[in-house]
Amino acid sequence: MADRPVQVSALALSGLIMTLVLGTALALFAQAKGLSLRPADWSAIRFTVLQALLSTGFSCLLAIPVARALIRRRFPGRAALIVLMGAPFLLPVIVAVLGLLSLYGRNGVLNLALQAVGLPAVSVYGLKGVVLAHVFFNLPLATRMLLNGWQAIPAERFRLAQTLGLPSPFRHVEWPMLRAVLPGAALAIFLVCLTSFVVALTLGGGPRATTLELAIYQALRFDFDPGRAALLAAVQFALCILAVALAARVTLPMGLGAGQDRALAVPAPRGWRRLADALVIGLAALFLMLPLAFILIDGLPGLARLGPTVWQAALRSVWMAAISASLAVSAALMLTLAAATGARRLIEVAAMLPMATSGLVLGTGLFLLLRGFARPEALALPVTIGVNALMALPFLFRLLLPEVRILQADYDRLAQAVGLKGWARLRWLTLPRLARPLGLGAGLAAALAMGDLGVIALFAGDGQATLPLMVQRLAGAYRMEEASAAALLLVGLSFALFALCDLGGRRAAP
Amino acid sequence: MLAFAVSVPARRNLESVMKVFHLALAFLSLAPMAMADTPVLNVLTYDSFAADWGPGPAIAKGFEAECACKVNYITAGDGAAVLSRLKMEGKGSDADVVLGLDTTLTEAARATGLFAPLAAIAPNDLPVPYTDANFEPFDWGWFAFVYDKTKLSNPPKSFKELAASNLKVVIEDPRSSTPGLGLVMWVKAAYGDQSGQVWKDFAHNILTVTPSWDAAYGLFLKGEADMVLSYTTSPAYHLIAEKDDTKAAAPFSEGHYMQVEVAGKLASSKNQALADQFLAYLAGDAAQAVIPTTNWMYPAKTPAAGLPAGFETLIKPMKSLLYSPAEAEAARQAAVEEWQTALSR
Repeated sequence: MADRPVQVSALALSGLIMTLVLGTALALFAQAKGLSLRPADWSAIRFTVLQALLSTGFSCLLAIPVARALIRRRFPGRAALIVLMGAPFLLPVIVAVLGLLSLYGRNGVLNLALQAVGLPAVSVYGLKGVVLAHVFFNLPLATRMLLNGWQAIPAERFRLAQTLGLPSPFRHVEWPMLRAVLPGAALAIFLVCLTSFVVALTLGGGPRATTLELAIYQALRFDFDPGRAALLAAVQFALCILAVALAARVTLPMGLGAGQDRALAVPAPRGWRRLADALVIGLAALFLMLPLAFILIDGLPGLARLGPTVWQAALRSVWMAAISASLAVSAALMLTLAAATGARRLIEVAAMLPMATSGLVLGTGLFLLLRGFARPEALALPVTIGVNALMALPFLFRLLLPEVRILQADYDRLAQAVGLKGWARLRWLTLPRLARPLGLGAGLAAALAMGDLGVIALFAGDGQATLPLMVQRLAGAYRMEEASAAALLLVGLSFALFALCDLGGRRAAP
Repeated sequence: MLAFAVSVPARRNLESVMKVFHLALAFLSLAPMAMADTPVLNVLTYDSFAADWGPGPAIAKGFEAECACKVNYITAGDGAAVLSRLKMEGKGSDADVVLGLDTTLTEAARATGLFAPLAAIAPNDLPVPYTDANFEPFDWGWFAFVYDKTKLSNPPKSFKELAASNLKVVIEDPRSSTPGLGLVMWVKAAYGDQSGQVWKDFAHNILTVTPSWDAAYGLFLKGEADMVLSYTTSPAYHLIAEKDDTKAAAPFSEGHYMQVEVAGKLASSKNQALADQFLAYLAGDAAQAVIPTTNWMYPAKTPAAGLPAGFETLIKPMKSLLYSPAEAEAARQAAVEEWQTALSR
């Protein structure tokens, strides 16, 4: 497809994204005094890459059995479980860390249980804690991306494999799908972990666990050395580009062809494998749900005491997230449609670029660029909305791209044959076919925007606080119970937005 | 491969690129046309000062009643963020008064050349002599390790005792948090050249290092650690606001390092007289009486009515440690690097 207007606007949008991302980095570089990496920076780079690789590896490997078990089994509450599994990814980091510590911490349930049976306590702090937290966040993301992949396999292929008497459809049907979807999932997760900093610092146990993003934060906050921040951001950027290039190399098109949208019939083997699947689903559900349960328990008591400013902040966060998500989804759809045919490399780089920059660098750069023209308070909300849309774009792009490619490969010739183009094609082919990933993407974008803290903190004036900023302010004033309650409210709202979009998308899918 | 070098001409190019960008933006921006009937005093401060439960609203209300003006708070995350924001804005800052830096930051703030001398030096009751031509203290506190009396009956009485114990503490990162930096200064001020060894001995007690005070305090309240780096005044919050007397601060024989929070006036302010008036109000009895139960710190000048009930239960360190702003600035980088090296083993 890729009508000319789509191509042109996608290229214009790519240009805009590149200008924003690179322009803000340049604004920081322009203030540089001298640029060199210190020994501590190199150890930060090593730790950043190591923890990101481990976290990505575990998240992706564990997601395969979980997604496979979920796709081939039917049980009551399955749909609810799949939606709920999106929750960890949407949690504000510090809330999630406290939830995890209720379980694995020194005073957590696990250690109390070990103590009760006379076993030595285990410590969660250190590299293992960092990886554990990242797997907690990203296993659901990987699982969801793989589920979408499995759903995109035409039911006919599984039937064909059965007819041919293949012992398992894995090698010829499922493996090609994994080769197409897994690299994208791994890339998204690797990049999230690459820019992580609160998890690494809180659970890392000390300055050994310094990530690049933390070094950027320090450069901006305590030393106010924008040039150094930009240099570190450039290193992060280089790592990101390397990862994008690697993922592009190992991704293969699925090549399974189109089907007739029959009800999915993934073979569900009986016997011990049925038990194994139940075990996998049960363990994953426990791993992901228990910390959520603790967040609920911690947050409930203070909920009634939340003041009007918290509710106002909640309302502000919701509408800002809704606008951010609409922007991000529209942009991602346009870019993926264009990338599936036209200037693929350029658009792909532009769409992944926001991931490479840190929100801090983007925010600070915009602040430096815009300070002469308007008061930061006047810009706080529009800039936050824009930056959040931008930061969500890479996820949505990754999520949509494989599905758009499949759509192109399977339906493009048909659509051209019947002369379906322009809005009609968007309305009758593209949107319905992509409803599922679009819904998931909109949900993700909205929830990510809800939870964002970095940008608004730089710009916000009095009375412009978003809910995450309120959580931080409450916790910063000893009001832990109210902070827990506001965090629960944040989790609930993010999740409601996410579920609304996700379920909407799935309902609209053919 | 990852080395970067930006030469001077290249940087000039960047600057001209930015100029073009600025120009383009100028077309897009709409100049806000605020009609000012009453003068507005902009106060750049940290979030929790201006929050509903912070001292900000009451102080603004009190001052507005006598100045025929409006107080507008501009907020940044914490003291360090306030300074970053100010450095970003430079001479173009809208702020008239900057409030909430502490003495580990004041020297860097002074070096920006943005601060005007104070019109009047108000008397204060700090436990150590303190005067500064640019910065007026408005509150202060002693750093301390806070513990739960019901769980720890015999708290350590010094860094040495703490290091000899198996107690676990949570501390804040000196590279991202002012209390974290305060702890590094504390050890340096108490032990001088031996501070590196103290950190090495102490390393095994550190459960984890958090980016901010609230994360550390949250972990402590969750029962993750036996002690947390906070203030001697922290138990007062639990006692007065929550009627909970189980928290206490452990007195250390080495003495306790202080955090002194200050306010100053910007030379670029167009409201110099109003800013002077605000600083005088801040040092006065009405504003100082607001501080203890909103900021949970000691007021710089004890109010005529005394401290609120409950503050008398707090520990009173025999010895107060505090570097002058110049000493703190000179010691800061080396002390943080020493901390980092000792804890990276």
